[in-house]
Amino acid sequence: MIVAEQKPVEEIIRYLDKFNKIAVAACGTCVTVCMAGGEKEALTLASALRIKRLEQERPLEVKVVTPKRQCDIEFLDDIAHEIGDCEAILSLGCGAGVQFMAEKFKEKPVLPGLNTKFMGVTRDVGIWTEMCQGCGDCILEKTGGVCPVTRCSKSNFNGPCGGSSNGKCEINPGIDCGWQLIYDRLKALGMLENLYEIMPPKDWRSSRDGGPRKVEKKEVVL
Amino acid sequence: MSQELRKDNIDKNETGSVEAKTGTKAASHLQKVLEAGHFSVTAEIGPPMSANADFVRNKARELLGLVDAANITDNQTAVVRMSSIAAAYLVQQEGLEAVVQMTCRDRNRIAIQSDLLGAYALGLKNVLCLSGDHQSFGNHPESKNVYDIDSIQLINALRGMKEEKVFINGKSIKTPPEFFIGATANPFADPEELQFIRFVKKIRAGARFIQTQAIYDVERFARWMEKVRKEGLHEKAFILAGILVNKSLKSIEMTKMVAGMAVPDIFIERMARAASQEEEGVKIALELIDEIRKIEGVKGIHIMAVGWESIVPVIIERAGFLPRPAV
Ligand code: SF4
Ligand code: SF4
Repeated sequence: MIVAEQKPVEEIIRYLDKFNKIAVAACGTCVTVCMAGGEKEALTLASALRIKRLEQERPLEVKVVTPKRQCDIEFLDDIAHEIGDCEAILSLGCGAGVQFMAEKFKEKPVLPGLNTKFMGVTRDVGIWTEMCQGCGDCILEKTGGVCPVTRCSKSNFNGPCGGSSNGKCEINPGIDCGWQLIYDRLKALGMLENLYEIMPPKDWRSSRDGGPRKVEKKEVVL
Repeated sequence: MSQELRKDNIDKNETGSVEAKTGTKAASHLQKVLEAGHFSVTAEIGPPMSANADFVRNKARELLGLVDAANITDNQTAVVRMSSIAAAYLVQQEGLEAVVQMTCRDRNRIAIQSDLLGAYALGLKNVLCLSGDHQSFGNHPESKNVYDIDSIQLINALRGMKEEKVFINGKSIKTPPEFFIGATANPFADPEELQFIRFVKKIRAGARFIQTQAIYDVERFARWMEKVRKEGLHEKAFILAGILVNKSLKSIEMTKMVAGMAVPDIFIERMARAASQEEEGVKIALELIDEIRKIEGVKGIHIMAVGWESIVPVIIERAGFLPRPAV
């Protein structure tokens, strides 16, 4: 899923300053799961915003809408009538959701309520960790299902670097060294010979370095 | 050390220095020293956090005639300093051969190849390939990191330039750089097996000399060397053993805390008890050098004295490394 985190209320209230009536748009998918921008978080944020503005004696009217996803146009069509006369939309979608809402509701400012972090998993209750950077050319078959691009701080393909220590990354003892994980996994699988291969420089064109990307599935393109 | 001895060494180094200046195609001085079977001695020069050329020149003069080459660090610990290539050029202008350190942290493959073409054109002939400390350690932790290629891919790229006369993209180079290619190895980092695989890969990728992490645990290093010899790796690359000189108890305690360092407690205790910690630090370094140079397959010593460079000439003289060979 895409993992995000809510922005501080103080920051949000600042850029909502000139509006008196807004819609907070939750998103029913990834950010609901990571407890950043689901309906529950949207309702809580809406109350917080109302209270802040009441304190300033400039009440803010806040309506909450929850499309199933903000990244598919059909779900945005569903909420169009609810947006109605709101002056602005605060999107609690990921960065993609915010942008898609802005494309759909052209006449209104659409503002981000979250900081979009990464593609990851729920590691524990309330803890999410990064797993994939969408490099566009997956090599997990070589590395025992552990991603060197994402989980090594230096994206080493022939790791580890000299800073790996007690299984932790040199940049922070709270981060597992990706190459220790790769080694442990390949060893358990009896596939250590994979590590003798000198992996060639990656073709980063498949990644963000090739410019904004597009996926086309020919058979379904209308 | 005596002035005569230093001068004598400078005279003997004359050939090396002319070559260092003119950038002829011949092998580097360091390579020649090693290939002639001499035990090499190298040290480090950290470029300044400024554009001060005289700082670099003075450091080079202090080491001239005492070492076979000096490593020029590349923005070590991710702190912005004068470029390793520019500083290495200044060093060679003083007649001392340089080993350019090149990290993968700050440059993509376009910049690395371009910089190294330039380095070779300027007469620099040794490159030590490193991953580079992560930028979060340095004085610009806000920066974007690069890591387009890793250190093994860099070694392989330099070998490709030299042997196959091609860039990373496979396109040919008319006048390729022919560096003496170096890499690092850490005999003390874990997991041992994985670190050894990586070391083997570095040699397979094209590393011809290997600088090790600073050694304190000689026994453990000797075991590692045994493995190196068993695989015949000491015949494929020159193993240069790293020695760190500590000035104080605090310095050795801090060294012990660095990831991948093995410092037996006895050295900490000795420093704590010593009447003069500086003298004890020198003694420890000299003892380590003495034991390490006896280990079969070790072809040189690389002295690191971060923050205490002035002690390097003393160590070299007291270790009996003078005069340096003229090759
Ligand atoms: S290799 Fe690429 S696609 Fe596969 S997990 Fe890593 S970043 Fe994602
Ligand atoms: S310590 Fe491990 S995860 Fe961290 S940069 Fe080095 S190899 Fe990568």
